[in-house]
Amino acid sequence: MLITVSQLIIGIVDLAAAFLFMYGLKRMSSPVTAPSGIFVAGIGMLGAVLASFLYAFSVETTAKPHLLMNLGLGVAALAIGGGVAWWVGKRVAMTAMPQMVAIYNGMGGGAAGAIAAVELFGDKAHGATQLAVTLLGALIGAVSLSGSLIAWAKLDGVLKKPLRIKGQQIINATVLLGTIAVGGTILFAALGGTVGFIAMPQLIYLFFGLALVFGILMTLPIGGADMPVVISIYNAFTGLAVGLEGFVLENPALMIAGMVVGAAGLLLTLLMAKAMNRSVANVLFTNFGDAPKQKQGAIKGSLKPVEAGDAGIFMRYASSVIIVPGYGLAAAQGQEKLYEFVKLLISDGVSVKFAIHPVAGRMPGQMDVLLAEAGVPYDLIFQLEDINDEFKTTDVALVIGANDVVNPEARTDKGSPIYGMPILNADMAKKVYVVKRGEGKGYAGIVNPLFYGDNCDMVYGDAAAVMGSMIEAVRGLGAKAA
Amino acid sequence: MEFQIHITGFVAVYIFMLAAFAGWVIIGHVPAILHTPLMSGSNFVHGIVVVGGIFALLNASTILEQGIGFFAVLLGAGNAAGGFAVTQRMLAMFQTSDQKTTKPKHGQAKAGHAKASSSAAR
Repeated sequence: MLITVSQLIIGIVDLAAAFLFMYGLKRMSSPVTAPSGIFVAGIGMLGAVLASFLYAFSVETTAKPHLLMNLGLGVAALAIGGGVAWWVGKRVAMTAMPQMVAIYNGMGGGAAGAIAAVELFGDKAHGATQLAVTLLGALIGAVSLSGSLIAWAKLDGVLKKPLRIKGQQIINATVLLGTIAVGGTILFAALGGTVGFIAMPQLIYLFFGLALVFGILMTLPIGGADMPVVISIYNAFTGLAVGLEGFVLENPALMIAGMVVGAAGLLLTLLMAKAMNRSVANVLFTNFGDAPKQKQGAIKGSLKPVEAGDAGIFMRYASSVIIVPGYGLAAAQGQEKLYEFVKLLISDGVSVKFAIHPVAGRMPGQMDVLLAEAGVPYDLIFQLEDINDEFKTTDVALVIGANDVVNPEARTDKGSPIYGMPILNADMAKKVYVVKRGEGKGYAGIVNPLFYGDNCDMVYGDAAAVMGSMIEAVRGLGAKAA
Repeated sequence: MEFQIHITGFVAVYIFMLAAFAGWVIIGHVPAILHTPLMSGSNFVHGIVVVGGIFALLNASTILEQGIGFFAVLLGAGNAAGGFAVTQRMLAMFQTSDQKTTKPKHGQAKAGHAKASSSAAR
């Protein structure tokens, strides 16, 4: 009786959770409804977790003596894992968001891998299909765990240089094939075949070890600029692994949630790769910047430095300004100062808009979040395809901490590593100001002819300090007039 | 009555196919401005793996299984709780000019904001 009731409750709650996840994601598709979307999904999650303790009424006979202990362990793991992640998640800086997403994602992959490990060690998966699916989910989950950790280390600056060795592709392929071969042996042995040279538990250890190593090897050579694509792929991977383990546990909520995320992650990966004008395979298997670089043609013109105050006053008397923010702005923590300056301009009647490149920041949409954090209303923020035609009728383009995304070479120079990447047409504005720390190059390591253009002036300095001087200069004008 | 769910063969493939299609369609309509919260939100959704972890842990009968099960719940709980915390923080920040003008803090720029939002409405 108890078993029936508990199964009924779990069934209903899981069904509701699966619905709430999809409904929540749907609500996240508009900024107006998005905040409630995550709460909708959160209710589903909370219900599913609470209901899952009802599994206690229907545990296997061998696990019955350990039930109290297991319940205690479960509560402790929930409290520790959930508590620590919650505490960190509430405090982490918005600029550190990409590596946080990477680490939470890796945890999900690890959990999926661990579930598979319990099934394998306990010999619980039955039949060829279940076993094969368990192994596949374990492989994907483990790769996602170790790969996400490497991605985290790279984004957090722990690992600085991409590690590349000769014959890397061959080594990676060998490790992957080795993992699959061990998986095949496990399958063979579990179905009654005899494997003479190695016993079962060792095979499982070897399988997980190789899978984890493969995740590390696969991620190490990928450069920092490509990490957003990699995180997105691992997000899809973890979703897939969760879905597969859901099949093994015969839990449709896991299957649906996992597969929804898997498909969504795949779509998001493709969108991102498209924004960078690269294929996903290109990101994963070739090393950015490895292609023999053609010599850049001589660039006409010169860099013309101007004072921040003068640039600020010029914009005060312009009728329209488009701001192109890049990661340099966030690195200098200049968003709030920038918005203060924008508010000044708006109150003086200047039309101000923000133009966001799809890969501005360290993951797609991160710049939008950073601007929102500073208080910028999202109806001032425009995406590339919506605003690119407006540059040519705009008085001033203010480029702050961005470089490659406004490099006109991407349109014209076939030899350039960024050729073909969609860029913001900042060079077409009547006047361009570029706020930059120094004369350094962007991620791609190439010179930007925009900076040498006749209509472009350079404002050197820390983005936050430059915005401060601009605010002062414009405020000074108002004081004189009054 | 029996409420234990059994999923075999093609039923699983149908579930996977429909779920994948649903995910693709749902995400396809998300504007680029929400891509980061969305990635983090979908990251939260696969935190449901913690439920599988609890199931595995409760059915564990050896120390090894208990250890790995504990690990599964620990990681899954971190995925779910952390994913929710960061997504909720990010989404709470998105506001329009209209929403802002109702707050006294931004009141002084009211006229400018109204102008900006009307020009942005296109």
